[in-house]
Amino acid sequence: MAASADIIDRCQHIFDDLHFRAARDWKAAVPGRFVVGYMPFYVPRELIHAAGGLPLGVLGGGDQLEVIHGDAYYQSYICRIPRSTLELAVTGRLDFVDAMLFPSTCDVIRNLSGMWKILFPKVRARYFDVPQNFSDHIGGTFYIHELTELRALLAELAAHAVTDDAIRASIALYNENRRLVRAVYALRARMPWQAPAAEVYLLMRAGMVLAVEEHNRMLDAYLEAAAAEKRPMRDNSRVVVTGAFCEQPPLNLIKSIELAGCYIVDDDFLLVNRWEKSDVPAEGDPIAALAGAYLHNSVNMAAKYEPDEERKGLHLVEAVRRTDAEGVIFACPSFCDPALLDRPMLQTVLARHNIPYIAFKYAENSGQMQPIREQAGTFADSIKLWSEP
Amino acid sequence: MSGSRTAEIVKEASMLKQKTMIAANYDLLAGAQATGRRVVSTFVPGNLNELIMCFDMVNNLPEINAIQNGMRKKSGPLIQEAEKRGHSEDVCAYVKADLGMIARGNIGPDGRALPPPDLLLLSYTGCFTFMKWFELLRQHYKCETAMLHVPYEGEGHATKAMIAYVVKQLREEVIPKLERASGTKFDIDRLRENLRESARAEEDFVWVLESAKHRPSPIDAYFGGVYYIGPIFTAFRGTADATDYYRLLRSEIAQRIEAGAGPITPDGKAHPERYRLVVEGPPSWPSFHEFWKMFYDEGAVVVASTYTKVGGLYDLGFRHDPDRPLESLAEYCLGCYTNRNLPSRIDLIEQYMADYQADGLLINSIKSCNSFSAGQLLMLREIERRTGKPAAFIETDLVDPRYFSPANVRNRLESYLQMIEQKRGAIAAAAA
Amino acid sequence: MRCFIGVDLGSTTTKAVVLDENLDVLGRGITNSRSNYDTACRVARYEALIATRFTLVRRGLAALPDLSAEIDTFLADLDRSFRLEQFLDQLADLSETCRAHTRAERFRDTGGAMREAIEAVFVRLRAEAPALFAPGARRKSDFFRDIAGSRFMAVAQEVAREAALSYDPLLNVYDKAIIEVENRPPHEEMRDGFLRALARIHADADSLSQVVHTALDIPLEDTAQVGTGYGRVTLPFPKEKIRSEILCHGLGAHMMYPDTRTVLDIGGQDTKAIQVDAAGIVENFQMNDRCAAGCGRYLGYIADEMNMGLHELGPLAMKATRTVRINSTCTVFAGAELRDRLALGEKREDIMAGLHRAIILRAMSIISRSGGVRDQFTFTGGVAKNEAAVKELRQLIAENYGAVEININPDSIYTGALGAAAFARRAAG
Repeated sequence: MAASADIIDRCQHIFDDLHFRAARDWKAAVPGRFVVGYMPFYVPRELIHAAGGLPLGVLGGGDQLEVIHGDAYYQSYICRIPRSTLELAVTGRLDFVDAMLFPSTCDVIRNLSGMWKILFPKVRARYFDVPQNFSDHIGGTFYIHELTELRALLAELAAHAVTDDAIRASIALYNENRRLVRAVYALRARMPWQAPAAEVYLLMRAGMVLAVEEHNRMLDAYLEAAAAEKRPMRDNSRVVVTGAFCEQPPLNLIKSIELAGCYIVDDDFLLVNRWEKSDVPAEGDPIAALAGAYLHNSVNMAAKYEPDEERKGLHLVEAVRRTDAEGVIFACPSFCDPALLDRPMLQTVLARHNIPYIAFKYAENSGQMQPIREQAGTFADSIKLWSEP
Repeated sequence: MSGSRTAEIVKEASMLKQKTMIAANYDLLAGAQATGRRVVSTFVPGNLNELIMCFDMVNNLPEINAIQNGMRKKSGPLIQEAEKRGHSEDVCAYVKADLGMIARGNIGPDGRALPPPDLLLLSYTGCFTFMKWFELLRQHYKCETAMLHVPYEGEGHATKAMIAYVVKQLREEVIPKLERASGTKFDIDRLRENLRESARAEEDFVWVLESAKHRPSPIDAYFGGVYYIGPIFTAFRGTADATDYYRLLRSEIAQRIEAGAGPITPDGKAHPERYRLVVEGPPSWPSFHEFWKMFYDEGAVVVASTYTKVGGLYDLGFRHDPDRPLESLAEYCLGCYTNRNLPSRIDLIEQYMADYQADGLLINSIKSCNSFSAGQLLMLREIERRTGKPAAFIETDLVDPRYFSPANVRNRLESYLQMIEQKRGAIAAAAA
Repeated sequence: MRCFIGVDLGSTTTKAVVLDENLDVLGRGITNSRSNYDTACRVARYEALIATRFTLVRRGLAALPDLSAEIDTFLADLDRSFRLEQFLDQLADLSETCRAHTRAERFRDTGGAMREAIEAVFVRLRAEAPALFAPGARRKSDFFRDIAGSRFMAVAQEVAREAALSYDPLLNVYDKAIIEVENRPPHEEMRDGFLRALARIHADADSLSQVVHTALDIPLEDTAQVGTGYGRVTLPFPKEKIRSEILCHGLGAHMMYPDTRTVLDIGGQDTKAIQVDAAGIVENFQMNDRCAAGCGRYLGYIADEMNMGLHELGPLAMKATRTVRINSTCTVFAGAELRDRLALGEKREDIMAGLHRAIILRAMSIISRSGGVRDQFTFTGGVAKNEAAVKELRQLIAENYGAVEININPDSIYTGALGAAAFARRAAG
């Protein structure tokens, strides 16, 4: 049995590799394979997989990439992820990527889809829209159309049709992946000392680069290893972290929050991993199944409209209750419109439910952790004070 | 979109007419609670004014309130009020000016209280922030909200599926909610009539925009243009008033063309034409006149602008069509400028540069508005590459006065215009 | 002879360049941009005209081949003596102005004693002046305000102590007087100064002095003048005589290095990248946006934070053995980031190296935004004097654009004024 440290070492290696060697190797192994990059927060990876492609999460450059040319395209008041993503591409680090999908996260990512078309005309760049209307015959019909167009694009890349059977098989594999991901999250919520947040994050990040089959094996092995090891438990407070669904928090930030005395028991990092809350039906019309899952069985986040005012923000309250958390940390990227515009509404809801929270901003390359440690540490202490009878 | 203007400023008949129209709409809003008129709040891009009129509802446009407050230099404290209440300094200043205004008693730009809306009609067109803005308003007002999701033209055109999606939402979500909120039954013939009226005004509006192809241009298509788009982008499209306004405006401009005259500056003087520019991006409202003056002092006339296309791209041929009422509304929403993908926007600017014989492109990059701003530096590079004409970049904000540095803006603008002149000299010397 | 003058009114210094008809530099002048821009401009211009006279003297001397061995010494002596005379003139003005200020109502009782003290101070200042301008003497600054100020304070403190007077009123009088003196337009006559300088070096009779007389007799015709710089709108020039600093900078760099196609200027307040064509005409420019991250001022904050002089940062960074990654060039966060790194146990020099790299990375983005580096590259501005910044720049230019010729001119501070003077020459036809 592999030790969790070995698994995490491998994940760290994948995380550090800004040339995506693992994905390059995957592509080179079999002629005709192709890679489809996608940005946060969600794309139907099942379709890419069914077509024989590798879905590759493109999540910016982190804190180790020096950005020169990417910065040339953006004003100082725009977040960091598009500039470092462009830097990755301009410097050839994404030269093996055949297509790029830009989900409807915000105007910046949306416009990046058009920039990609101009800057990298050989890459199939597509803005991937999702409905903000959640009726099957309105938003659902539209979404089935979007999925059908994506399927056609993938068929072109694959040079063969993407069959219903193949999609159903991929849905089953991703159902397995989501079950394992949920299991890791559940383990951490139960025993956060056994699965530190930075480890869980790295484990999930590996799933952005590895083929799903391999990631499933990895998750399985980690679950087994983490359960077998005994690690010291600390007297930390339990928090839910929210706001970090697009531009990635520096790994140091995640570590700093835990070092400062907060166990992260739930988060919205890498939502694509667990976008659907339960299994997507693997039988029947697979496109309809994916559409249905999006409309009725997917998580809430800022880029998704909440049609029911009374439900606004309750997903966060439910996350707190479900994971037995004691507070919420809003960690939003600077200049992130969806996260920052949503934040006051969510805070209002939390206040109504007497759930304490704090908020700070970061950039993927933030270097200063001292203020984060201080704030998270104070928050942890104050939670303990509040919870005393 | 007309703003406050001081007494000594010379007004043409069309301007006076627009002023009266805007004042009348604020009268309706101020009196709504007394008269029982139902109020709908909605956005400028992709607005459904002809449809709203079918329900006799009064149209309240938060963006316009923010602009009006900006031009009256009232937006700064409102923004700070919102920030004090937890809204990030990073996000859109329109939203904060609006929320700040509501927090301070919802006193409108004309000094009278604005009524709470009976319906929030969220036309989600070309701007992500709209969705969050109306969720914020909804949390405050707890009122009925109709979401009209207008898909983005990611591949550069509207597909049948997109049009069908919007039409279905109109039919099954928006219209029933308008009926409920107003208590009035939907009458499609009334909609057709309104759309017919829109199309009339749209013809004259396009004529006005295209008059800038003359040399000298009889209009400034940005600083003047924001006044010209007023009626058709807001609460008046589909009204006879709007049709009359554009008829009147057209005749005024026709006279200027005949006289070989250029646009008129706010202080009533002739605007010299030394440079013809295309401008991308919205203006900065609190410093609107100061900004404009920097242009006319140097003889820079804007002959085409993209901001005057945020409420519809009529000059590319779109007209509201009474024979296909809902489809036509859907196509209108889909085709607004910021709902077009970046390559289409660049193509459009390139076309303007040629059609309007422009000397260059100036981008006013707005901190608040990522929908416009993200990608503008690539736009600049592409336009330079394709046209060989110089482009320049300045940065301001919509209504946040903290983001307008006059010295900085003037320095860049002057440098840019001198660069155009120097290049012209070099070309002339090479030709001689 | 026809002269073409360019004046660059910057936020900290004002520069002037005088060109002749053939676009050869006759003289350069620099002064601090004081509160009165008009005076700053006149002082810089006057200084450039003095330098022009020296050039004319040098040109005259070149015609006397037998004296070539003595020329350099002679010119150096003449220069020092002229500067001394100029200093003494300004000192006299300052002394008189200080005395006038002691007649203020609030010094009714102490005015007499103060005037005596001031007299004593200036006697000493005059006495020590020749040493300041002696061969080999080093002055921290050549601006009158800096030299006179530091010496006045030192001497006045001694005098006050000896006379048992309070020092503060003396300083107060000085502060008022120096502003007045500094903002008084220079009298543009310089012949007298040259003659006194000649007398001082006992060269009034020989053939060398004849050359000086001849040079002083050449009429300098102010044919055309063009102003530029951030403060250009305040220049007392007609609008058509004012050019943007971008255009002037581009043309100035072109004149220094005709094969330059890309110019980077990192000044205190802004960073600009300029692309010029083969004739020095600006094709594109980009400046740092509203955010001043990565400008020279950033280094200023760092220096303050480290309690170091600005000029000490570069040498410290050069001692680095590794470069700490600094991700923020935000001036607001500079201090916090620095303290964070120090707290983590990073070495000061390694952090400094990281800070210099961060600034240059920011500049690299602005260069990229303006179209990249296509051919010879010229680096100007205050930061171009910082060896650590230059080292990072060379490395990053090589990494991103390959082997490109990089020019850094010791006179790069005059780039804008040089371009302005060239515009003046062009306008005159």
